Amino acid sequence: MTDTMTDILLLTIGSFGILIALTFLGEVLRAREEPGFVNPVLDTYMTRVQSWWGMVAFVGFALLMGRIGVMVLFAFASFAALREFLTLTTKAQADHLSLALAFFAVLPLQYVFVGLGWDGLYAIFIPVYAFLLLPIVSALRGNPDRFLMRVAETQWALMIAVFCVSHVPALMNLDIAGYGDRSLLLVAFLVMVVQFGDLLEYFFGRRIGRTKIAPGLSPKTWEGVLCAVGCAMLVGALLNWITPFGVIGAMAMAGTASLVGMFGSLVVASIKRDRGVKDWSHLIPGQGGFVDQLDSVIFAAPIFYHLTKYFYT
Amino acid sequence: MKFLRQFAARIFGQSIRIFARAITAVRADWKGIEPVPRQRVYFANHTSNADMPMIWSVLPPAMRRTVRPVAAADYWLKNKVRAFVGPEVFNCVLVDRRPEVKDKPMDKIIAALDEGSSLIIFPEGNRNMTDDPLLPFKAGLYNMGVARPEVDLVPTWVANLTEIMPKGEIIPLPLICTVTFGEPIHVREGESKDDFLRRASDALLAQRPEVRT
Repeated sequence: MTDTMTDILLLTIGSFGILIALTFLGEVLRAREEPGFVNPVLDTYMTRVQSWWGMVAFVGFALLMGRIGVMVLFAFASFAALREFLTLTTKAQADHLSLALAFFAVLPLQYVFVGLGWDGLYAIFIPVYAFLLLPIVSALRGNPDRFLMRVAETQWALMIAVFCVSHVPALMNLDIAGYGDRSLLLVAFLVMVVQFGDLLEYFFGRRIGRTKIAPGLSPKTWEGVLCAVGCAMLVGALLNWITPFGVIGAMAMAGTASLVGMFGSLVVASIKRDRGVKDWSHLIPGQGGFVDQLDSVIFAAPIFYHLTKYFYT
Repeated sequence: MKFLRQFAARIFGQSIRIFARAITAVRADWKGIEPVPRQRVYFANHTSNADMPMIWSVLPPAMRRTVRPVAAADYWLKNKVRAFVGPEVFNCVLVDRRPEVKDKPMDKIIAALDEGSSLIIFPEGNRNMTDDPLLPFKAGLYNMGVARPEVDLVPTWVANLTEIMPKGEIIPLPLICTVTFGEPIHVREGESKDDFLRRASDALLAQRPEVRT
């Protein structure tokens, strides 16, 4: 077994340890409740923890499978996210072919390019080629009604659900001196730091949150976000042994990723508010949809990728 | 042989269900009823041939076993594959809408209700190819409600299928399909056919999920 695999196994076991503690905590709280009384907050918490079990198992398994496992997992996440996004966007029958191309050509091609490591192409394939070609396909069907809305929303869906998500597995392509095949661990680092930050933001926001960042949009508070970014930096420091960043670098990268991620989820919340929905879908019990779960990772991934590329390769 | 056919029908039914879930992530929204086995008539909007399989796919197993879609015999008996899928996989109540037939549709429907089956029906009669959300309802739903007043009539809205597969397109889009079940309605005492059908149509429209675009 290689060092990388041992480390992944350690991280997975560590995450399961945390989940066991969280599950235990929930069960203790439940046991202390009056019989017959149902606490909705506790119920939501338990459903979420159960979903977390599934997610840690999936991500851990994918990482243990190596490159292919991570590619397949995130390609599937992209598909699910794109499906959620395009269900809510403005579209007409004239867009049918361009939407079909988005699902069945653009998405798989992007992951093929990431898989082949063609970093010049996967960085521009959606922002340039899909951006220019899909509106042409829509225009050929000759329906100008709300045209700009339709093509802009489709492009947004592709950027968020495919381009950004694919930058998580793209981290494996970064060629960092002295880091070798361990770039797989960057995927684990990014996902863990950002998701921990989210979890703690929720916790601190409830406990000490006072000043809302964007009232009427999201319950996120400045206090919650600051505490969570601080904690994410701490987690980053603790996990610095799996990164090429060193302690200070790991803290800076973790803090940046977590901060961008939290503001990213504000953007995603705005889109949901505009469409009048609470969640993107109901595929993950207690969490909503894939976009709800991944929103912060989605925003953090390309930034994390490019910062790492700029400073460490 | 009969056993083999039944087995094949079950496998085929499961495949349809898994396919629908994998592509459209179809899900049920139990807004007005609980997902419990109870005799009901699910009346739904009809925009695509996939409507009925979608409703069928979201029902839990115990409900799926007792539900029978009411469907046109001319469609489902056209070839051997359909004649297997319609009557044996979905256990359809096949009705012949031609006026000259002896075997009246309503008799077969009432007979199915008296056997304890639940039904899926499309009260618009035909697939809705217009821009209106619903076509005017045919009298069948009213007649069922009068003949068997104790049965719950459940408005069932199938959302997004027109975008998943607009008419004239070949490739289905994998968008999320939602099936919303509303509160059951019954024919009120002394209610006229037209009043009831209007109320039923409104009840069905009320299940449409609100998405602003």
